[in-house]
Amino acid sequence: MMDAVVTIPPFETFYAEHAGEVLGLLRRRVGRDRADDAFQETFLRALRAYERLKHGEHLRAWVLTIAARVAIDTHRRAGEPTDELPELAHLDGRPAHEELAFLTDALPAKEQAAVVLRYGYDLDYTQIAVLLDSSPDAARQATSSGVRRLRRRLT
Amino acid sequence: MTVPTDLDHRFRAAAARSGFLDAAYDVFESPLGELLVATTDRGLLRVSYVQGFDPLATIEEIARLAGRRVLRSGSAIDGARRELDEYFDGSRRSFDVQVDLRGQAPFSVAVLGELAKVPYGRTATYGELASRAGSPKGARAVGMVMNRNPIPIVLPCHRIVGASGSLVGYAGGLERKEQLLRLEGAML
Repeated sequence: MMDAVVTIPPFETFYAEHAGEVLGLLRRRVGRDRADDAFQETFLRALRAYERLKHGEHLRAWVLTIAARVAIDTHRRAGEPTDELPELAHLDGRPAHEELAFLTDALPAKEQAAVVLRYGYDLDYTQIAVLLDSSPDAARQATSSGVRRLRRRLT
Repeated sequence: MTVPTDLDHRFRAAAARSGFLDAAYDVFESPLGELLVATTDRGLLRVSYVQGFDPLATIEEIARLAGRRVLRSGSAIDGARRELDEYFDGSRRSFDVQVDLRGQAPFSVAVLGELAKVPYGRTATYGELASRAGSPKGARAVGMVMNRNPIPIVLPCHRIVGASGSLVGYAGGLERKEQLLRLEGAML
């Protein structure tokens, strides 16, 4: 039987397809001056995690999520408020986390990202750690505390 | 939005330095037309004549062989490119760059290893190369290995000719074979 798994393109193809949109997002989020460094950091993070991707679906939403995280880190490093959530719900016409959005929207930013990446995108904790710029253990903790919080809210 | 050229170059160079690329490639002009050159951490993986080929197909093949983290980056292939430039301007007669023969069958590796020893400006026949690779009756198989040589020019399949001295064939076109032999002073 044919598998419906979308093959992952060479990194060059992925980069060429999304570079412009990522730069646009970053210029809006961190300003023109800081967008270049953030752009480089976004695609270097993506490059590091690219080997471990399991399928080629949602690559656009995936890289825009990384960019949103880098934007938050950029603000944090500059000592600016970072409690805004990544624009996950606006990134893709039909994102994988759509069904989760109404549940996760109220979670703290890091837990929301972890839960969405784990259950919406089916990434493992190593991949999530790269995206959140933390360790696999911390990614696991953020995911499970997010899930616990959701459970409390739903019961 | 278009990414400004200098930002694009900066990222590609940073990616090459990061150590996370499986392979890097670039396309540049040479006296034989555009060449696509790909390298990995083990060495030179591909040299191919772009003309008449879809570079995307080559890039996908490189990704299948080396891993999907393939990126175009001039700085990453700089060493190989410099050696090729020197070869074309006549100041280099042998290559120092390592070759990466992953994915090649053992017979091909043996034949390509012998091929690398055929000196600049000299030729050998398909049959001679077959004997040197340990299969005296393998001239035809050697022809097929030459035809699929992943690293032409550096692995000098242009120096392999028919028993009668005729050029026989070249995956990059006979004209290029003749041009390379003439550059090396092997003909006429």
